[in-house]
Amino acid sequence: MNDQSGIGAFVLHVALLSLIAVGGVNTIVPELHRQVVEVQGALTSQQFADLFAIGQAAPGPNVLFVTLIGWQLAGATGALLTAAALCVPTCTIAYFVTRVWDRFKHARWRIATEAGVVPVTIGFIAASALLIAQAADGSAAAFAITAATAAFSYWSKFNPLWALAAAAALGFVGVV
Amino acid sequence: MSESLPADGGLVRPVPSLPELFLGFLAIALSGFGGVLPFARREFVERRRWLGEREFAEALALCQFLPGPNIVNMSVIIGSRFHGVPGAVTAVAGLVIAPLFIMMTCGALYARYGDLEVLRGPLAGLAAGAAGLLVAMAAKMVMPLVHERNAAPLVFALAGFVAVGLLRLPLYWVVLVLAPLSIGWVWWRLR
Repeated sequence: MNDQSGIGAFVLHVALLSLIAVGGVNTIVPELHRQVVEVQGALTSQQFADLFAIGQAAPGPNVLFVTLIGWQLAGATGALLTAAALCVPTCTIAYFVTRVWDRFKHARWRIATEAGVVPVTIGFIAASALLIAQAADGSAAAFAITAATAAFSYWSKFNPLWALAAAAALGFVGVV
Repeated sequence: MSESLPADGGLVRPVPSLPELFLGFLAIALSGFGGVLPFARREFVERRRWLGEREFAEALALCQFLPGPNIVNMSVIIGSRFHGVPGAVTAVAGLVIAPLFIMMTCGALYARYGDLEVLRGPLAGLAAGAAGLLVAMAAKMVMPLVHERNAAPLVFALAGFVAVGLLRLPLYWVVLVLAPLSIGWVWWRLR
């Protein structure tokens, strides 16, 4: 019934959020979760974690996991609208900024802005990690998988996809 | 300009055509399981030699500062450098179209079969694993702050984490308060 308004609000929200997503999509995961799961109630927390995981496992920019949420809300149209909301505003900004940015290479405001944004962004990414872990780790086994994958990805140089494949296989044999 | 710098070996770099741009970004999009950026560097700097090391590093720094997905911004920067607006559009299209199609297929499958008992296990495992990747990424980014002599950046990171992760405050308000404080602090230190 209210699918139409649901997707409209979501797409608008994604477009606005993409404008403050400095440092990539992972910084806006908590806000997406808050809107879609806590405010709109359109997905469960577990569904949100599932979609995030599919986005990580599929080829291509991880940001596209947001289009999966669009799909859940309104099918193919929802996914396409979400993709447009993600790309069009930020690409437009990138296009114009890249033409003037070099000119201010040594400007104090540019150096301060670049350096100042970094720590805040890192805090948000840590918040995303906490949130996704809370949503995905319903059992001690799931928590152990999260810890093992984190350690693997932190200390080894292998492609993290191996860890994801192992995690899915463990789930398949019924460990989680 | 930068082609003639000795740092780049004095080489004249090839200028990719629009179809080459499209195919180049398509190639990295499809090989980039679990993140595309490392593949972008290998493909564009080492293999196709469209950019020098330093140009790539500078473009990356700008991408990380710009809002939105880094790799999408990167394609705008590289595409527009060679062919203006058509180049930017071509590069982004090459990057996004195939993965978007795959993602939509996944979305359709999940909507239809996501509740199936057979899939519950693998999906739960995958979700737990993906959470681990994110934890590792956060840890890798925090460590340089921990090793810094100054506590202030760590305090700003911690404030962002607590406000968004624990208190679940709306991101907009947190950004509006914390970003100016953090930027102002760096600005003040630069005097």
